[in-house]
Amino acid sequence: MPLLVNGRTQTPYGGVRAHAPEGTRHGPPIRSCRDYPTDGDKRVPDLRAALERCGLSDGMTLATHHHLRNGDRVALMALQAAAELGARDLRWFPSASFPAHEPVIDLMDRGVVHHIEGSMNGPLGDYASRGKMRGLGVLRSHGGRYQAMQDGEVHVDIAVIAAPTADAFGNCSGAVGPSACGSLGFALGDAMYADRVVVVTDNLVPFPAAPWQIEGGWVDYVVEVDSIGDPSQIVSGTTQVTRSPDRLLIAEYVARFLKDAGIMRDGFSFQAGAGGIALAFVQYLKEMMKAAGVKARFVRGGSTRYLVDLLKEGLTDYILDGQTFDLAGVESIASDPRHIATSPFTSYNWHGKGNFASMVDAVVLGATEVDVGFNGNVNTHSDGLLLHGIGGWQNCLFSRCTILAVPSFRDRIPVIVERVTTLTGPGELIDVVITERGVCVNPRRRDLLDAVKGSTLPIRSIEDLKAEVEGLVGGPPSPFSPGERPVAVVKWVDGTVIDSVWEVEGGEGGD
Amino acid sequence: MIARGEAGHRGPDVRSDLHVEVELGGDVGVDLEVTSKVEALYGEAIRADARRVLGALEVDHARVRVRDEGALPWVVMARVEAAAVRAGVEPAPGTLPARARSARGPSPRDRLRRSRLYLPGDSPRFMVNAGLHGPDAVILDLEDSVHPDHKHAARLLVRNAIRAVDFGAAEVMVRINQGVPGLEDLDAVIPEAPDVILVPKVEHAETVLDVAARIHAIRDEEGLDPSRPVWLMPILESALGIEHAFDIARAHESVVALTIGLEDYTADLGVAKTRDGQESAWARKRLVNAARAAGVQAIDSVYGDLDDEEGLRAWGIRARSMGFTGMGCVHPRQIRPIHESFAPGEDALARALSIVEAFRDASERGLGVVSLGSKMIDPPVVERARRLVADAKRMGLVPNGAAGTPVGDGP
Repeated sequence: MPLLVNGRTQTPYGGVRAHAPEGTRHGPPIRSCRDYPTDGDKRVPDLRAALERCGLSDGMTLATHHHLRNGDRVALMALQAAAELGARDLRWFPSASFPAHEPVIDLMDRGVVHHIEGSMNGPLGDYASRGKMRGLGVLRSHGGRYQAMQDGEVHVDIAVIAAPTADAFGNCSGAVGPSACGSLGFALGDAMYADRVVVVTDNLVPFPAAPWQIEGGWVDYVVEVDSIGDPSQIVSGTTQVTRSPDRLLIAEYVARFLKDAGIMRDGFSFQAGAGGIALAFVQYLKEMMKAAGVKARFVRGGSTRYLVDLLKEGLTDYILDGQTFDLAGVESIASDPRHIATSPFTSYNWHGKGNFASMVDAVVLGATEVDVGFNGNVNTHSDGLLLHGIGGWQNCLFSRCTILAVPSFRDRIPVIVERVTTLTGPGELIDVVITERGVCVNPRRRDLLDAVKGSTLPIRSIEDLKAEVEGLVGGPPSPFSPGERPVAVVKWVDGTVIDSVWEVEGGEGGD
Repeated sequence: MIARGEAGHRGPDVRSDLHVEVELGGDVGVDLEVTSKVEALYGEAIRADARRVLGALEVDHARVRVRDEGALPWVVMARVEAAAVRAGVEPAPGTLPARARSARGPSPRDRLRRSRLYLPGDSPRFMVNAGLHGPDAVILDLEDSVHPDHKHAARLLVRNAIRAVDFGAAEVMVRINQGVPGLEDLDAVIPEAPDVILVPKVEHAETVLDVAARIHAIRDEEGLDPSRPVWLMPILESALGIEHAFDIARAHESVVALTIGLEDYTADLGVAKTRDGQESAWARKRLVNAARAAGVQAIDSVYGDLDDEEGLRAWGIRARSMGFTGMGCVHPRQIRPIHESFAPGEDALARALSIVEAFRDASERGLGVVSLGSKMIDPPVVERARRLVADAKRMGLVPNGAAGTPVGDGP
């Protein structure tokens, strides 16, 4: 495990709650309103002008957020504007990257971008995995990204915030506008901790852009563009529950587990993402809640129409939303005061004075691999290729009951394995693994095992499940042989290094 | 001339399957080229399985190209064998995959057959998890769901699936093709002991006898356990087949059920197939009566509209009221609605339980007349109640210790 990452000394992981930070919070320089227009008009003609005025220079860190998901055009516009200005060796610090960001490979080849600290998927993941990126990739959770800005591990020079609606003062919101994306939670920290903040919008409205999610008091410049993104790629028109019978079976087991373990009770809370299984379990749980006359106090998104329906039907009092996945979610967050946009600061952050993640009764997550020690991997394929960012996955592990809902194997690739290829989350925080072939409860959770005694669910040991899967796929896979060099490190939620990702040589790209 | 054969599927949508091309000839041994999306994990295992099959088939010189999309071992082996045999190699023993962990016991003649899940015989990815969805039976289909070009490859794939896949509590059925190809299907699958053979488009009792004779011959030749039954389920799919329903049902002792194929039947009549099935009501009633007269089960067709769960439930409830004991499924999500449709209602079950209880009470006290409250219960009513309770017990609807338990075996 490399302990010097891009010139910075690292602390190795010492335990899930071991790291105690010291010192004071990192912060941007003090600014004064005397340097800003008294009429509040912070507009500049274009991104080039904005970056120039921000003092863009070689080696700087440029942050963007991912609420526009695969529809985002702003991150590329900003990096390309920086390239036109002749900048080199930039560190790109996105809250996540998407396939639409593939052209960043060209910017890395040309020396404009030195390396990426953020999720690297698809072509970017492949590029990094093959050792082509000059610096080491750094994979952080959503909470970890906030932590890194707060303790100064990452100093953001310029934050560029894509805003579906803004005014000339910089007040902005994701809830409305032609490119509406719902919450702007992942950009809140960028606004507060960057030296300079640029808001880019395609929906400039007269002051005030109310209600705003980010206050213009943090913002240096406002840029108006024709389009910040492709709305069809920002949110889905309608999210669909999976039709895969195997995934539906897993989802049903998840809902039944929550019921049989007594977690589903009046006033409970849960978090559901937008993955196929996560959407589907909500549908099963909803019927069980209705039948039992039970309602939740709050649910946490990524919101979709399925969570919005719970809110509308009175089955939950609130949605606390980190990001918004479909049009129903966007409409709801813009119109329903019980649907609340939240920040990674209050939800996920190691440097927060507590956070929501640990207050949620149950969370349902995915994984690419889980091992017999209940350790989880979400970052790499079993052949070692970088596959996914961490997102909020690590942060959510602190929930009272963390459930990984996964198929036991995909095609011929076992998901239940002897040892994870990359350690993203320690087994002591992972309580239940639910697959189409059975439900495995972590032996550390005696209380849960006792609670589901007498349940008709197929409860079995994870070793037994692994043996069955190996029987199906033709034995344990050939051991992964990492290349010579690390290409990225995986951070734990507190900023310590929990594992590394190694260079992959030859072979074929994953799907 | 180069002898060439291929099997399997390729293309962007293919998953859990592979494509194999075999060209026999040359003098440099077996040139095996494998590309696989699981190369790092199972590349060596794929090569070993391919070489094992080629070795058993005594292929000494060939060019073999494998394009794998994450297929399981029994699929790899079936595809390599099929491609080699298509290239002209003689079939030989020693090409079979490892057996599933748990062995299937023999299937009782009158077991529950509420739902039978159709699985296309050339699509391995739907097979491996089929049993997890709890159908009473799976049907590995070699007939209509398999393209004519893939019939041979499907036959070997289905054979390997019966052997290597654990279908859980489901009865394993195979739908063979019509005529001579169907008899050749039997040669491939019967040694792996499927529980039921579905015989399509039966119009005459002789068709059933031909199939039964072939099965008998294969079992003799292979030295298979003669006490383990291979049941037959003829499918009636034409007006003529319906007219001969009774003869077909009693053609052979191994017939356990009759079923109907409504797509072909309505086509034969030249009428449209509708949501409530009025056009086939007579044929279905005729089939139920013939089956009952011959002492076999009557099983309904499939309900093809996957998105119409309400229509499916209505169909199932109607079918049960007509005397059918089950129907087909084209997707696992139809299984539960079907099981619920074929379950007796709570009221009917409660009444049947009290009748059976009253019957037991009367028997114990040596009374010739069964009465419930002030009402006398006629023997046929008692009989119907006993059957209903027996069915409900097999469906897991009667709690242990409830009335009727000691007499639950039914007629």
